[in-house]
Amino acid sequence: MSAIEQSFKNVMAWIDDRLPVTEAYEKHLSKYYAPKNLNIWYYFGIFSFLVLANQLLTGIWLTMSYVPTGEEAFASVEYIMRDVEYGWMLRYMHSTGASAFFVVVYLHMFRGLLYGSYQKPRELIWILGMLIYIALMAEGFFGYLLPWGNMSFWGAQVIVSLASAIPLVGEDLAIWVRGDFNMSGVTLNRFFALHVVLVPLFLLVLVVLHVLALHEVGSNNPDGVDIKKTTDDTGKPLDGMPFHPYFTIGKLPGIIIFLFLFCAVMFFYPDGGGYLIEHPNYEPADPLKTPELIAPVWYYTPFYSMLRAATFPLFGLDAKFWGLVVMAGAIILPIVLPWLDKSPVKSIRYKGMGSKVMLGLFVIAFFYSRLSRHGASHTAAHLDGSDLYRHLLCLFFVDALVYSRGENQASSR
Amino acid sequence: MRLILVVLALSVLPQSGFAAEVGFPLFEMTPDLEDQGSLQRGAKIYMNYCLGCHSLQYQRYKRTAEDLGVPESLMLEHLVFDPNTKIGDPIKNTISKDNAKAWFGAVPPDLTLYTQLKGGPEYLYTYLLTFYEDSQRPLGANNLVYENVGMPHALLELQGVQKKVCKQIPKLAANGGEMMDPLSQNYITEEVCGLELIERGYSPLELVENSGQLTAEGYEQVVYDLTNFLYYVGDPSRLERERTGVFVLIFLAFFFVPAYLLAREYKKEFH
Repeated sequence: MSAIEQSFKNVMAWIDDRLPVTEAYEKHLSKYYAPKNLNIWYYFGIFSFLVLANQLLTGIWLTMSYVPTGEEAFASVEYIMRDVEYGWMLRYMHSTGASAFFVVVYLHMFRGLLYGSYQKPRELIWILGMLIYIALMAEGFFGYLLPWGNMSFWGAQVIVSLASAIPLVGEDLAIWVRGDFNMSGVTLNRFFALHVVLVPLFLLVLVVLHVLALHEVGSNNPDGVDIKKTTDDTGKPLDGMPFHPYFTIGKLPGIIIFLFLFCAVMFFYPDGGGYLIEHPNYEPADPLKTPELIAPVWYYTPFYSMLRAATFPLFGLDAKFWGLVVMAGAIILPIVLPWLDKSPVKSIRYKGMGSKVMLGLFVIAFFYSRLSRHGASHTAAHLDGSDLYRHLLCLFFVDALVYSRGENQASSR
Repeated sequence: MRLILVVLALSVLPQSGFAAEVGFPLFEMTPDLEDQGSLQRGAKIYMNYCLGCHSLQYQRYKRTAEDLGVPESLMLEHLVFDPNTKIGDPIKNTISKDNAKAWFGAVPPDLTLYTQLKGGPEYLYTYLLTFYEDSQRPLGANNLVYENVGMPHALLELQGVQKKVCKQIPKLAANGGEMMDPLSQNYITEEVCGLELIERGYSPLELVENSGQLTAEGYEQVVYDLTNFLYYVGDPSRLERERTGVFVLIFLAFFFVPAYLLAREYKKEFH
């Protein structure tokens, strides 16, 4: 053993006596066993990490030149785009990253639905994941106001005014959130604080908890088997591989493919034809000039369509309020999914026709409301897509109780 | 595979999303940022005909000179009209907002990001080609793309006067074909005006001959150059971005090979 290695060992021993670095490294990386049969769906967790790192890093550099005031915000973004060295790259990495984040997180969540990754004993992983998703939506929402473009302004205006739909306290609540009687520089300032400090802190803590909970019970897999049940004499799972280096290196080609697609969008279609950066956002916020069509960015469109799905007052409460209830329900309902699904098997591979059909319908509803822009373009007078979507979504979760129970017998045979 | 589909959906579907914002069908316009001559001519037209009212406040003279291949001294001499302006200044103008509002009914917008605001250069290109004489308007001009626009036809002396006309065009038969008189073999025509004319593929505008300094083609070239220039100003790093993007993608493609081989080696240990 060379002198350098010896002194490294001594240093590590000194640290390990005081802080369990080696132990943590082994527990979470070199001796964390993940199933061998993970397929392509299991890439999206890693991609989420990658995009999170991208957002944090580019975000830090963007704040160095961004000015969070009503007068300067829009101009400072253009300053970043034109006068800051590689500012355009930082900004487009961040804006493309925001959409990429939702793409990979949605696919990651769908993987969970597909293979029953929310089922016992992974309920907490699922709930923490849902909280991450909610935090992510908040992060995206606050961040979208920051360029202070006209769509930023009006989009935030619409969402904040939702608060006013709550009976009794609504109006005061909206003013409290805005910090003003209308959207203004004050609102921009606080959204900036929330976007760069509070929500990222929450996100990071939640991500750590999400991973800790995962490493406690181990990864699920497409067959839904528990790899910890069959071990060799030393206690290593026979169907598992250590996370590092077998997954870190093993997933490298996939990561490169992801980066390739990400960079293709970022370098060649950074505004995604108006879907990633909406056209009205190329003019500064103007309270007197409403865009022809206020449309949220693509990842919010289903929720926006649900918001608009409630078109009539009920029990003396405004339709707007019920829209809010429907939307909030759609966000909150999935949290209790682990207790809705009564199926004894996890993976869709072994589930019955009911689950397969419902999951299929869920996916159709998801894409229908998202990509056709129905959520954005339909007026309250003629709704079809959003109604359908809303119903399908409720159906999926509520009926999960029914159809998964029915499958109990089928699969236990 | 599914990831590819999703990203494809993201990049392909949007193309159709926003184009149909205006009623008037927009002309095709393919910008060419490699054509420095066109960009330089566009900049010249802009500084002479547009800057009086429309600033480019986020763009600097220096950056423009660099990107367009114009020496700074030439830029200062011929394209910067205010002696107090330095080469590093943004392209601003001195029109007073209050006056502008009084004169035109609205403050002329800053045009730095205009082509992007309109989702591409086509809107601006079509707009600049479709001014016509309209005595009903306070400044004597109207526009097909932007009806009752407050802006006068700033390039009138170049293009000349366009009039909105109704035209005699072949009548359509029930089967969609053009009706023809069987004896004389002449088309049976009807008078058609406005949007219907456009839908049938005819222009509702007619240029009064020799009323402008340029020919119709010459004017189209001017409008092309000007639009091309504003397309450049909308995102001046576009060329650099796409060039860098090609290198990044090539790098990733090459990097994939050793990464794949390495991953395969590691995989061999476990099955």
